[in-house]
Amino acid sequence: MFEFLTAVLGFIVLMLALGLIPILRGPGDADRMMAVQLIGTTGIAALLLLGAVMGTSPAIDVALTLALLATFASIAFVKKGLSHLDDDEASTRADG
Amino acid sequence: MPVATVLELVLAAMVLGLAVWTIAARQSYAATVGFVAYGLLVPLIWVRLDAVDVALTEAAIGGGLGGVLLLAAAARLRATEIASLAETPGPMVRLGAAALSATTTCALAAALLLLPDPAPTLAPPAIAHAWATGLANPVTNVLMAFRAMDTMLEKVVLLLAIVGVWSLAPDAAWGGHPGPRHQADPHGALAFLARLLPPLGVVVGIYIFWTGADHPGGAFQGGAILAAMWLLVIMAGLADTPPAGSRRLRLLLIAGPGVFLTIGLAGLGLGLAFLAYPPAQAKPLILAIEVAMTLTIAVTLGLLLAGAPERSAQR
Amino acid sequence: MRFALDIVTIIAVLAGAFFFLAGTVALLRFPDTLTRLHALTKADNLGLGLVVLGLLPQAISLRDGLKLISIWLLGLLAGATVSQLIARAARREGST
Repeated sequence: MFEFLTAVLGFIVLMLALGLIPILRGPGDADRMMAVQLIGTTGIAALLLLGAVMGTSPAIDVALTLALLATFASIAFVKKGLSHLDDDEASTRADG
Repeated sequence: MPVATVLELVLAAMVLGLAVWTIAARQSYAATVGFVAYGLLVPLIWVRLDAVDVALTEAAIGGGLGGVLLLAAAARLRATEIASLAETPGPMVRLGAAALSATTTCALAAALLLLPDPAPTLAPPAIAHAWATGLANPVTNVLMAFRAMDTMLEKVVLLLAIVGVWSLAPDAAWGGHPGPRHQADPHGALAFLARLLPPLGVVVGIYIFWTGADHPGGAFQGGAILAAMWLLVIMAGLADTPPAGSRRLRLLLIAGPGVFLTIGLAGLGLGLAFLAYPPAQAKPLILAIEVAMTLTIAVTLGLLLAGAPERSAQR
Repeated sequence: MRFALDIVTIIAVLAGAFFFLAGTVALLRFPDTLTRLHALTKADNLGLGLVVLGLLPQAISLRDGLKLISIWLLGLLAGATVSQLIARAARREGST
């Protein structure tokens, strides 16, 4: 079990590395936003596996915190920051 | 090579590469995304090193709040970004900067690698003296009891930061609402999330603060989560930023360092030292300070990200 | 009993890792922003959900198990909303 979880953890970390590519390359900001969301979720999975491998159950608390803060960061990025207003209010209302 | 070592090498290489790219990226938005991704990956390293308290703080501050703060700064700088890209520093300046950075890195590496094995540490005495406060988490003990002075002064520094940010307000907006008034479709996806998530987030934030007594956690991490939930509500337009002149807001801002200072002086008044807790009441006193600190940190971090007042209070 | 739980863990975590692989590769290879977004949500929901399901039998206490489930539910909620917002932003970016 321990070796299996470690192997899967290594695989997930590799997925994390692959997920960095859209951030570096990603034409367009939407790709970067999606990459941040993916890294957040994959990072949470990696943290949970790492906690199971190392036997530290507080790692689950870190994953919980990461879930909340990554959501907040993703939304902030989509809104392009707190000081920037969505100028296209009409379309927002149209497809709410 | 054991799998664990390969894992650590891959993680370290990823984080290093991402850090280098973040500095080299041309667009500030792209660099900020890189910084947030970096803040999401580093907690893995901290957990691997068994420093779960630091991982919590990194996830809360580095991953979420710090990145959004930089995003706001980048947005404000966008007007001058083109001009600043044109004025590249000369080769001598760049060489000097590279040499300075390399020297600092080598000095840090040398200091770390030349440490005697096992490295000198005060961790065993800190753990041995946990009876003084009755809390089981040694990090909380160090923060709130053995080095309480540093923690209190940090809260004062946060207060000074808010004063600094607010001092950037234009005369017309003095004491007004920070940031623009966000609006989103009240029936849309964002408003839905901002109604559903913050109650859960508040519960998680209070839980992380409360569990810091005996497990990794604490006031700072809990306060950061609360701040993020508050900002989410603001971003969805469900609430407006409070006016900077509001008396209640200012009371909340000074509550943390105020309670800390009061209890510290009370220790002096009781014949003990400054910031000394009578052993029987240590735990309730520390918890009282932490409650005040969590509220202050949440409000302070939220206001720091919201920025300087832009709209006057009477609108 | 222990053996059965371990089998569940292995199968679920492997399936979750597969969905993470699918989502990450799709983020890199799919031709269009909206198709990439679609793949991203698969990794988000199914990948994280299956990993959480796989780690549930290994959880030390009931509280850890409940935290794991709430992490997954948070991920679901966040993923759904952020995908909507990213799609809207992408459409605005592409159309203007």
